[in-house]
Amino acid sequence: MSKIGLIIKREYLRRVSKKSFILLTLLTPFLFAALVFVPLWLSTIKGDEVRNVAIIDATGKYASLFENTESFHFVDSNKTLDEYRKDGDKEIFAFLNITGDLLENPKAATLYSEKQVPAELSRLVNQTLGQQIEDDKLASFNIPNLKEIIQESKIKFNIQTIKWGEDGQESASSATVASVIGMVFTFIIYMFIMMYGAMVMQGVMEEKTNRIIEIMISSVRPFDLMMGKIIGIGFVGLTQVFLWGIITSILVGVGGFMFGGGADVAALQADPSMGMMGADALDASSGNEIMSIVNSINIAEIDISFIIYFIGGYMLYASIFAAIGSAVDSQEDTQQFMVPVTIFMVFALYAGIYSMENPDGPLAFWCSMIPFTSPIVMMVRIPFEIPLWEKLLSVALLYACAIGIVWLSAKIYRVGILMYGKKPSIKEMVKWIKYK
Amino acid sequence: MNFLETEDVVKQYANHLALNKVSIQVPEGKIFGLLGPNGAGKTTLIRIINRITAPDSGLVRFNGRESQPEDIYQIGYLPEERGLYKKMKVGEQAIYLAQLKGLSYQEARTRLTHWFEKFDIMPWWNKKLEELSKGMQQKVQFIITIIHEPALLIFDEPFSGFDPVNAERLKQEILELKEKGHTIIFSTHNMASVEEICDNIALINKSQVVLAGNVAEVRNRFRNNTFTLRISSEHALDEQPGIFTLLAEKEQSGIRELHIRKAEGISNSTLLATLSEQAEILSFAEELPSMNDIFINTVSGTNTIQA
Repeated sequence: MSKIGLIIKREYLRRVSKKSFILLTLLTPFLFAALVFVPLWLSTIKGDEVRNVAIIDATGKYASLFENTESFHFVDSNKTLDEYRKDGDKEIFAFLNITGDLLENPKAATLYSEKQVPAELSRLVNQTLGQQIEDDKLASFNIPNLKEIIQESKIKFNIQTIKWGEDGQESASSATVASVIGMVFTFIIYMFIMMYGAMVMQGVMEEKTNRIIEIMISSVRPFDLMMGKIIGIGFVGLTQVFLWGIITSILVGVGGFMFGGGADVAALQADPSMGMMGADALDASSGNEIMSIVNSINIAEIDISFIIYFIGGYMLYASIFAAIGSAVDSQEDTQQFMVPVTIFMVFALYAGIYSMENPDGPLAFWCSMIPFTSPIVMMVRIPFEIPLWEKLLSVALLYACAIGIVWLSAKIYRVGILMYGKKPSIKEMVKWIKYK
Repeated sequence: MNFLETEDVVKQYANHLALNKVSIQVPEGKIFGLLGPNGAGKTTLIRIINRITAPDSGLVRFNGRESQPEDIYQIGYLPEERGLYKKMKVGEQAIYLAQLKGLSYQEARTRLTHWFEKFDIMPWWNKKLEELSKGMQQKVQFIITIIHEPALLIFDEPFSGFDPVNAERLKQEILELKEKGHTIIFSTHNMASVEEICDNIALINKSQVVLAGNVAEVRNRFRNNTFTLRISSEHALDEQPGIFTLLAEKEQSGIRELHIRKAEGISNSTLLATLSEQAEILSFAEELPSMNDIFINTVSGTNTIQA
């Protein structure tokens, strides 16, 4: 086995066999799934306590409208509010006091309680009374069938966007879905470059401070050692992305199956405001629409682009991190070099977020060409099906620049790993590049 | 024949000249002592031989031809600053480093097992390096240095960190390696060990070779006509200017020990004849300067022995 192969193998195996790596890789998708499903699940759990609400209705026409729910029992009461306040009835959780006709005076209804009134109760009251007031108001116009007319005039409208393909084919597209997919991949690239770049830096520093470096480079070329480390750790990153992808798909599949049937509907019923939104999603025809939009986005192309940009961007930044790691003696000294790199990365991330608004604008275009930002920004644009030449140019620029940076970093690395005891400046590092 | 030669090697760092036209000759199958005070340029020279850094000018010859990148597999290097992967298991690490030196996995395993058993550290094969004592780590490092049986071995301060028992054992190993035909470069400050094991030396001071040659020859070169003379204490010895001068004397249990310096141009026989007239001679021996004296005097630049 070649030297560089041995180094890649060791860097890779050492990291993927660590307990922390295995745990993080296996548990993170569960954590994300939990973030999505646990709130959903929690919302389906109702307090088993049934609370009584007394309705003190001076008009007598509203009390009968309230129907008992799982959480609240409504009691038509004859007592006055003052009597309740004096006696202090512990059985009653809240009092709804209606003093007059609500159509004439909307402020005639008040909800009293000794405790905080839950949003669910006030929403229930608002809905029940609101509906009645609306009906009363409509009736007051004295127009026959007015309610039906209004019902008919409520048209649900949502523009359908169609993208014309080169071959004249029409496909349904959705900016929202494309943006979400783009952002997810952008964040993954950003996170991985930062995480694994830092890992490369740590590894280089470990070898330098351990002083094993002298033994290593009396057996292998410094370039092989650096590249072996970068490639080995890169494979660790790809492994993690790959496993997360698989585990997440399985979880979404299983979770969707388990929750999609029962719990979701229960949750939607219990929570009317969510039900409103959910009604759209559950609509059979719009469900098919979403599927066709997701299908219109070329998942294979996004995955391949992701891998190409991940590798290019990772090589670019990891070699910079390797050069930094080689130049410093201790963790504290990394700060001065880390700041500019981090600023670049964060700028790229923000450029990516703003590019989402206008994926064909100048910011998006230029930032997807500049090699230091392109891996992050381009992932936002890819789902929007940009011209092929832009993709090719961007990839070519990224890889050309990555190779150049690897070459420069190798020069700094070669000198840096044997330099002890002084804190190098950028100027000095430039000088190292020129060493023979 | 010289196994390794450097010829006018120059290395300039940003603001100091690390090596100034350094030429050394390391004969094949011998132990060569590379001596010099801290910061003289020894480590830089070793790194150049190891092809870790390149010289600005000058040549390194390996077996008579210019050194090639592949030559590093013919070198085993034990750096002064020891270091291995602390978190890695000892055996796994040793196999990895041996593989990097060009051994196959199987070969590395077989040879390492042999050496680990020889040094009694086999029980630590599956332990992490950081769990080992300093002395054991040194043993591991020594084994890793020699595992690929390179023609040239470079030991930088090999005895540091070893207790006297293990240091002696290591010395025997080094001599055994020499017997097997390995050429050894030995960099140290320990002059006693130089006298014991080195065949040749080069002394580097302030980036230049200031002294080189066979150990016995160098010591001869520095002989300064001093002798140790033991006579029975009932006699006294008077200085005889023109023949010898008295440097020091002490008396112990009936024996008088004197240090004398012979005058220039007087033969030992004349001196002995003069001395035997005055006293009964018990022993008479020339004092060869120790490597320690030679080192100190050469480096400090004031050559009092010769003066």
